[in-house]
Amino acid sequence: MGRDLRYMKRKAVGHFWLAFSVLSALCAVGFLFWILGYVLSKGVHAINMDFFTKLPTPVGIPGGGMANAVVGSIIVVGMASLVSVPAGIAAAIYLSEYGRGMFASFVRFVSDVLAGVPAIVAGIVAYALVVVPLHGFSAISGSVALALLMLPIIIRSAEEIFKTVPDSLREASLALGVPRWVTVLRVVVKTASGGLVTGVLLAIARVGGEAAPLLFTSSSNVFWSFKPTQPMGTLPVQLFTYAISPYEEWHEMAWAAAFVLVSMVLLLNISARLYLARKGFKR
Amino acid sequence: MMPQDIKRKGRLDPESVFKGITASFAALVLLVAGGVVYELIVFSLPAFKSFGLKFLVSKEWDPVQQLFGALPFIWGTFYTSFIALILALPISLGIAVFLSELAPPWLRTPVSFLIELLAAIPSLIYGLWGLFVLAPVLQHYIEPPLSKFDFLPFFKGYPLGLGIMAAGIILAIMIIPTISSISRDVMYTVPQAQREGGLALGMTRWEVVSRVVVPYSRSGILGAVILGLGRALGETMAVTMVIGNTPQMSLSLFQPGYTIAAAIANEFAEAIGKLHISALVELGLVLFVISIVVNIAAKFLMWKINRGGALKGVGI
Repeated sequence: MGRDLRYMKRKAVGHFWLAFSVLSALCAVGFLFWILGYVLSKGVHAINMDFFTKLPTPVGIPGGGMANAVVGSIIVVGMASLVSVPAGIAAAIYLSEYGRGMFASFVRFVSDVLAGVPAIVAGIVAYALVVVPLHGFSAISGSVALALLMLPIIIRSAEEIFKTVPDSLREASLALGVPRWVTVLRVVVKTASGGLVTGVLLAIARVGGEAAPLLFTSSSNVFWSFKPTQPMGTLPVQLFTYAISPYEEWHEMAWAAAFVLVSMVLLLNISARLYLARKGFKR
Repeated sequence: MMPQDIKRKGRLDPESVFKGITASFAALVLLVAGGVVYELIVFSLPAFKSFGLKFLVSKEWDPVQQLFGALPFIWGTFYTSFIALILALPISLGIAVFLSELAPPWLRTPVSFLIELLAAIPSLIYGLWGLFVLAPVLQHYIEPPLSKFDFLPFFKGYPLGLGIMAAGIILAIMIIPTISSISRDVMYTVPQAQREGGLALGMTRWEVVSRVVVPYSRSGILGAVILGLGRALGETMAVTMVIGNTPQMSLSLFQPGYTIAAAIANEFAEAIGKLHISALVELGLVLFVISIVVNIAAKFLMWKINRGGALKGVGI
């Protein structure tokens, strides 16, 4: 009898903890829906065509939008990608196809360490490298900060993708007499191209929402600006400025901006992971 | 011409050029890392010369008097991160156990995906939600009942909603995906034979989890926790929007505080004078060093347990 009771107690305790674990999963997913749901529902009311076509208006004057910030984000992230993507992929090619020794291991280690640099520190470095010599905030310094963040991400994901290209493809190409470097470009990179694009999109999604490194590099600008050496408004910075302001109309705009930002990030992430899942990358 | 003939022409063959180009980009990574360290050190020098190591233990942060001490920020950074870890660890482990031991295969992928989506949300959005949703909830529903316990130092003061508690909770939500996904992957690698052995000995399902799977995954989980800590230490936007931005050191969860990242974000753009900027850069250097140490510790741990190839594909 006592033995049965002990067993029932063990079972009951077990059921309790297993229920806790199901509850934790529900809790986390619940937070996701709470946060996303709130941002999307608040933002969808505030968003309109003006958001994408008009410039910000001074406080008190209704209307206006964040057109310049949207374009600014595209420009700053675009410039950052222009530099970090080719460099990152080239480095990943070296690490994956040629890197067997101490140099490659060291580069991999340093790249992983760079991946852990907080975004705000990347901003400080870009400030030191670009803002100080140019004596002013500029779009280009923002791009430098973002490129610093993107580079390790791209190297890591590109190397992972290259690893999935089967060796048999490489060997077949070499067996046919194709030189190694042509094999790498025409066979390995070509096969990996879908995964590479996905990796780049994920890096862009990660970096496009960053405000911290831009606060004192590309700073902010409420007018149209296309000069890389001038401050440029970006969506995250504008969002932040509006959100912490005391004005209700600016809070509304902040929600609209959040809607755009979250939609972009969600879209990029979901399509990237759908693509990777279809190609058989089990997680 | 065959490729072998081209090689004999000297070092300028296409093969070596290609390898050289890609190798230079790999070396670029080292240059970038060096540049980061160099700039951080060079720009912190003025502050270091003025305050020396007292910078790390001084409580005064007064831009007007040009007195700078990092202690309130270092305290705030670690305090909020530890609160986040305490809150996130049970939930993350619960999620990892659920995904690895309990969930039917068809449920694993969607739920894992949803939890990873939590990691994709920008810090700024968390801050926005924290400022307009979480803080009022804390101020009106959670903190008032807790202030009945104000004989404890953690609950002293007037409930404001914003403050250390809000920051800790938001950080916890942000690091749950990190800790849970790595822990889950580590638990996946526990050999089925171990679980079956436990069951054969008469353990209940939960006992197999708590006495076989989790202990087996101990080091991996520790690595995951350290990585989560690293992430929490560097978070900027979400924290700066809910923590109240006051350079003070208090044990109370209701009080506002400050972290290194939040201070840099708030003060850098309008810093008064070279010393102020240098002090902020030195703060950044401190944060950089802390992050590097934490990340390397996590890597080392994962390397140690991966020596048998047990963690293939965990993605650290």
